Amino acid sequence: MRELTYGQGIKEGMRIKMLENPDVFIFGEDVGLFGGCFGVTSGLFEEFGEKRVRDTPISEGAIIGAAVGAAAVGLRPIPELMFVDFATVGMDQLVNQAAKMRYMFGGKLKLPMVVRLPSGGGVAAAAQHSQSLEAWFTHVPGLKVVYPSNAQDAIGLMLTAIDDDNPVIYLENKTLYAVPGQVEDEVKPIPLGKANIKREGNDVTIITYGKQVYDSLKAAEMLEKDGIDAEVIDLRSLYPLDKEAIFESVKKTHKVVIVSEEAKRGSYAGELAAIIADECFYECDAPIKRVCALNTPIPFSGNLEAYVLPNADDVVEAVKSLF
Amino acid sequence: MKISNETIIEMYEKMVKIRKFENRAMNLFAEGQVGGFVHLYIGEEAVATGVCASLRDDDYITSTHRGHGHILAKGGDMKYMMAELFGKESGYCKGKGGSMHIADATKGILGANGIVGAGHNIAVGAGLAAQYKGTDQVCACFFGDASTNQSTFHEGLNLASTWKLPVIFICENNGYGISVSQARHQNITDISQRAVSYNIPGITVDGNDVFAVFEAVQEAVARARKGQGPTLIECKTYRWRGHFEGDPTVYRPEGELEQWKKKDPIPRAEKYILDNQVMTQAEMDQLNAKIDAEVEEAVEFAQASKFPDVASAVLDVYTDIVEEGRTR
Ligand SMILES: Cc1ncc(C[n+]2csc(CCOP(=O)(O)OP(=O)(O)O)c2C)c(N)n1
Ligand SMILES: [Mg+2]
Repeated sequence: MRELTYGQGIKEGMRIKMLENPDVFIFGEDVGLFGGCFGVTSGLFEEFGEKRVRDTPISEGAIIGAAVGAAAVGLRPIPELMFVDFATVGMDQLVNQAAKMRYMFGGKLKLPMVVRLPSGGGVAAAAQHSQSLEAWFTHVPGLKVVYPSNAQDAIGLMLTAIDDDNPVIYLENKTLYAVPGQVEDEVKPIPLGKANIKREGNDVTIITYGKQVYDSLKAAEMLEKDGIDAEVIDLRSLYPLDKEAIFESVKKTHKVVIVSEEAKRGSYAGELAAIIADECFYECDAPIKRVCALNTPIPFSGNLEAYVLPNADDVVEAVKSLF
Repeated sequence: MKISNETIIEMYEKMVKIRKFENRAMNLFAEGQVGGFVHLYIGEEAVATGVCASLRDDDYITSTHRGHGHILAKGGDMKYMMAELFGKESGYCKGKGGSMHIADATKGILGANGIVGAGHNIAVGAGLAAQYKGTDQVCACFFGDASTNQSTFHEGLNLASTWKLPVIFICENNGYGISVSQARHQNITDISQRAVSYNIPGITVDGNDVFAVFEAVQEAVARARKGQGPTLIECKTYRWRGHFEGDPTVYRPEGELEQWKKKDPIPRAEKYILDNQVMTQAEMDQLNAKIDAEVEEAVEFAQASKFPDVASAVLDVYTDIVEEGRTR
């Protein structure tokens, strides 16, 4: 075992595949010389050169679009957008092109591309640099969506995402980049659609991913003091989704709290709740709860932002409301 | 062009105001009193100043992530700006926006903007409204060199030129988009060349010469007010600080910053002012002292202000709907 930060894990996953396959390459704004806005690609420019670690102009449409074109003809691009919020600028290329080309063309094309999108709030970056937009991507047929919470998963999911022949949205939480974690010496690829039970428990199932894994684990500890034994599931992959892991847990605990940092209305958390209601309703003996951000843009001021974003106390409160 | 002494003094005051405000913001960030993303305008003061000196109170501007200079030049109040940087309730945006999103509708300031390239088309809309209502208002659209690689640049200039809208496109060419130098982000050196494709006037001026900027904008504003359509003005300049506070600026060639510091717009204006006896040294010193006091007053105002009440987080999403808050 060794210690790597989450950011280093993301980089290691890309680096392993770049060493293995000359068709894998990175491009985006300030990913080269500068090492990326959050330092994730630092050192790769020096190691692989500017052919494979390219700085682009500020043109999100061109970044996603060029990835689509390059992937369509056989390369395996890893475009990075500086913030998930800027996906809006490249959204046509992502939603109408990347997600649909294979299907529209009758399965004739493969689009192996991994789009890296730093997400989430908590860094006083205000409304246009703090969003959690996973529901936009999970909503679109044709895209796969992953969201690692730690260094080990960051590597394992990246290895699989790069080898995948479909567009994969790789969401990253920007407050986690510097968080260290234990990593196996040789990390194996993690299959997409395989959740991780972070904590076993019998009384309630907390389903989450990304930064909220930490909040949920903290909540579980707090709940333990009150005699509530919570199970915490880190989904890791939002689509494909590990329904088995979810249903298995619900059959055991009969209570569900879903935690995400999204604005609650129209969230992926809502989709998870709907899936459980559809397919596992009779196993539940209490309402399915969602703990999310408020339905507002993310405010700048620290106390407002902390109020809008969900935290461990909110998870505890939601869980307790079920007993 | 003869520029009145009054305008010269006004522009000098604005530039010094911006410089001193930014220097103070820089220190406050370093001390941890101000957080988030802070993009400073130091070195580029002549651009916003020269542009806004040609505008009326009822004209509009769109700004960028590097907006403090634009807002001060258009008449924004330092106190409310400073309070916003602190995230205080008394700030321009009640603490909801921060450095990157300051706006003042009463001064025609349509907001600093965190999305690179977003202003191009918002400016077109403001110009469209002026034309639609038959006023002679104009909109000055500020944007960086690197933002001209967004599709919005093309869309905005095409629409403004086709519809002959009263928009003045002000490109602040400081040679970089974060770490990427202009030579690495586009295959041209003079962005004003692009005006050719829209059949509008395009000019390049020394963006560190406030009088040159002022003159170019005077003419563009006069055309716009007469319904003759947009102009693209490229102001060559340089930012002295990193892209944002905290940027180690590893990408700058050695000596580049020092070269540009020699072209500092403020001493250049001071020299002109003294040479032409617009003000005496003593008068300039007095003005500087007045601005120092004003900046300190703004900091004290910000420090003394309250943080917003958390209940305000759910207000202002809509004009009418108040979103649900938390029970905690
Ligand atoms: C759509 C979008 N893409 C990327 C960014 C990140 N970003 C913020 S400022 C900036 C560079 C802008 O360069 P330029 O337009 O030249 O303005 P300058 O910072 O030099 O004043 C970048 C890439 C952003 N805020 N919005
Ligand atoms: Mg620039």
